[in-house]
Amino acid sequence: MNAQDWIAVASVVTAGLTVGIGAIGPALGEGRAVAQALEAISRQPEATDRITRTLFVGLAMIESTAIYCLVVALVLLFANPLL
Amino acid sequence: MRPDLLPTEVARVGPFGFTDTLLATVVLSAVLVGVGALLMRFERTRAALEVVYEGLERSIVEGVQIDARPLVPLVLTQWVFILFANLLGLVPTLSSPTRDLSITASLALIAFFAGHVYAFRAQGVRYLKHYLEPNPLLLPFNVVGELSRTLALALRLFGNMLSGHLIGAILVYLVGLLVPIPMLLLSVLTSVVQAYIFGVLTLVFTASSMAVASREQETSTPQGAET
Repeated sequence: MNAQDWIAVASVVTAGLTVGIGAIGPALGEGRAVAQALEAISRQPEATDRITRTLFVGLAMIESTAIYCLVVALVLLFANPLL
Repeated sequence: MRPDLLPTEVARVGPFGFTDTLLATVVLSAVLVGVGALLMRFERTRAALEVVYEGLERSIVEGVQIDARPLVPLVLTQWVFILFANLLGLVPTLSSPTRDLSITASLALIAFFAGHVYAFRAQGVRYLKHYLEPNPLLLPFNVVGELSRTLALALRLFGNMLSGHLIGAILVYLVGLLVPIPMLLLSVLTSVVQAYIFGVLTLVFTASSMAVASREQETSTPQGAET
């Protein structure tokens, strides 16, 4: 195996690790956010509309961290500058 | 497996490549404008559209603290365009133009510059003051924050749409016909939510830079009432 092959191996492994580890944080965060929103809705059902609206915006912001990891993994797999 | 995951070049004018995603964007814009103009010519559809517009306008204006009425056309255009651009991926043989980072980056740039234009129009050069809040020392952080949220706006839409297409393509490749259908349903949800998010985030960001003057007015009015 020459250096190019090692770079390919490292890229594939790192891409997997990036998505795997990068999904943990947003998953925990989104779980917490949804749990809190459900609690708030059960306590104040009349505020459901506002809570849902804010929840969706918040979830998208949290999810973007996972999306960054995905973009990094995609760059490593399909547009690797080192290969 | 669908071969069209990455944008492919269909024509080349000098140094500029003309990709299929760009073509889809131009055609989609023309179709949306054309259908909109056509619907506005008939009394019935026009009345129906006006009801829809007023409902959406109310939901936008109620969402933020300031007077957001000038922002309604921008946000509604983003909603309609990004929604249809995302949903284009559900049509067989077509795919969403928003899976191309260039398209989402240009949408984010429109949001960025529109934010500055609207804030300038609302209160002149004074809107630049929001960079110095809450403390002038935070100026670099505010500038970096503004740039990074524009980047985030582009990457979020791009990543969501490309990942939806990728998962669909991989599932079709692995198991064939029926299993990808739940993923397609999920991608409908993602398309709608991402279009909504893009518009709402533009609204929130622009509103936060437009808020300086209205906050000053709020704090100055009670004092004026006292004297």
